[in-house]
Amino acid sequence: MALTFKDIERVATLARLELRLDETERTLSQLNGFFALVEQMQAVNTDGVEPLAHPAALLGEVALRLRDDIASEPNQREASQASAPAVERGLFLVPKVIE
Amino acid sequence: MKNQDLHDLGVAQLAAKLAAGGVSSVEVTQHFLARIEQHSSLGAFLATNPDVSLAQARAADARLAAGERTPLLGVPLAHKDVFVTRDFPTTAGSKMLENYRSPFDATMVRHLGNAGMVTLGKLNCDEFAMGSGNENSAYQKVQNPWDTSRVPGGSSGGSAAAVAARLVPAATGTDTGGSIRQPASLTGITGIKPTYGRCSRYGMVAFASSLDQAGPMARSALDCALLLSAMAGPDPDRDSTSLDMPAADYATDLIATPADGTSAKPLKGLRIGLPTQFFGTGCAPDVLAAVRGALSEFEKLGATLVDVSLPLTELSIPVYYVIAPAEASSNLSRFDGVRYGHRAAHYTDLTDMYKKSRSEGFGDEATRRIMIGTYVLSHGYYDAYYLKAQKIRRLIAQDFQTAFTQCDVIAGPVSPTVAWKIGEKSADPVASYLADIYTLSSSLAGLPGMSVPAGFGAGGMPVGLQLIGNYFKEAQLLGAAHQFQLATDWHQKAPGAAA
Repeated sequence: MALTFKDIERVATLARLELRLDETERTLSQLNGFFALVEQMQAVNTDGVEPLAHPAALLGEVALRLRDDIASEPNQREASQASAPAVERGLFLVPKVIE
Repeated sequence: MKNQDLHDLGVAQLAAKLAAGGVSSVEVTQHFLARIEQHSSLGAFLATNPDVSLAQARAADARLAAGERTPLLGVPLAHKDVFVTRDFPTTAGSKMLENYRSPFDATMVRHLGNAGMVTLGKLNCDEFAMGSGNENSAYQKVQNPWDTSRVPGGSSGGSAAAVAARLVPAATGTDTGGSIRQPASLTGITGIKPTYGRCSRYGMVAFASSLDQAGPMARSALDCALLLSAMAGPDPDRDSTSLDMPAADYATDLIATPADGTSAKPLKGLRIGLPTQFFGTGCAPDVLAAVRGALSEFEKLGATLVDVSLPLTELSIPVYYVIAPAEASSNLSRFDGVRYGHRAAHYTDLTDMYKKSRSEGFGDEATRRIMIGTYVLSHGYYDAYYLKAQKIRRLIAQDFQTAFTQCDVIAGPVSPTVAWKIGEKSADPVASYLADIYTLSSSLAGLPGMSVPAGFGAGGMPVGLQLIGNYFKEAQLLGAAHQFQLATDWHQKAPGAAA
């Protein structure tokens, strides 16, 4: 099953990426090459096999750990915002969302 | 020994010389900083900060003067640029994070700093650790010190090139699908990817969270053991997937227990499994010859070779390249031009800002993997691709357990060829995924794996032997590699560029 030009555009929108026309065409050709490889997976019988999301699941029961609900981090707002593209009075600036 | 020979010393030797008072950490640090400067054309380093490094060296000298004698005190290293650092920028090899400065240190950086190691700087890598030739760095391609027209491997290519060229005695790396083992193999150094969860991922810029694992890269198994002892261990409050197991003293174990044999046959009783799928026509004859040569050395040391089968080896490629991009597309969604990272100069609204910032900030390979990952997770395709891949992932892990009923460790090549020419594979990025065939299956299973220098192949380029162990068997891998390195000198060979 080959991907179409429209599929690439749809996926780019989902991924919040903007591809130029030539990039969309190149991506289409590369992804179709890639998914030809991926199709090999369908030949493997996986009936009754549980998906493995994480290798730790093979090493026994994995309980999600919770740490004590106490503040463990110092306030680092300035350091955290030092690399932000746009901040003002400790707030991250974004384009207007609500008119 | 003159100071200009300091770079010929490994971690253990430097530590011994520092402990004996033969040299100060400041002198060692100055020596390596000068070498980094002198060999900057290799492209291995993305950032240095001599003031910070020398301050750390002075602190180490003070600890030495106070009588502290610990295995890594005063020895320098450098970190792959996916470990966040307060004192150096962290770019992950991406334009997206140009000039990014973390407010905290990664747990690996903190552990090794607490052990008294001096950070010399940050090492180049493929963008977000995605690649196998270090050609996907947004900043500079890295050259292989054995032949500067060739790649050093990737994604930890800067780490590998720096260790091979003796610009650092050791470096950190990360391995998601082979990114420690493959560059170690292609540059003739030693590297180990521990069991998944052995080293904390806190402060590692995330690529594929169920696969990413930190590990040491150095010239010998002994040096890797020294570093791993400081790196491994639980990080319960910061990484929910770090294993709740204390770190072992890998180096002491290494020296104290030459397996259960006599000194002539130190590996007597060790069964080495050779997967038939790792020794087929897909592997270049020069690589196979070096690997087989190393294996006969293991036999001389008392090990026995047995054939095993990992029938889904070829399938590990599509399985990995579905799962890793799926996780990457999710992890990289955090780069939105709001809290950190690149923001486009011109845009119309919020969505347009996201799209333009991300498209400008990500390079080709990161973009490709985000596209693949988004597609396999999207409605209507999730079951056929992502879920199917996760099911085969379990079968791959089970095949390893079947193999380990017949052997103690598994061995084979790391990479099907020696290092290739820079630019040679860039025309068909998807075809280059095929070259990861021998490292992906153990990554999917979460098993520890090593690359050990095993000789040379075409063009005089290094070849690594891969050793794969069962869960938590890092000590066994390091022990086998150490015995091999006591009997051989492949790991001591230095490239001409290191002169």
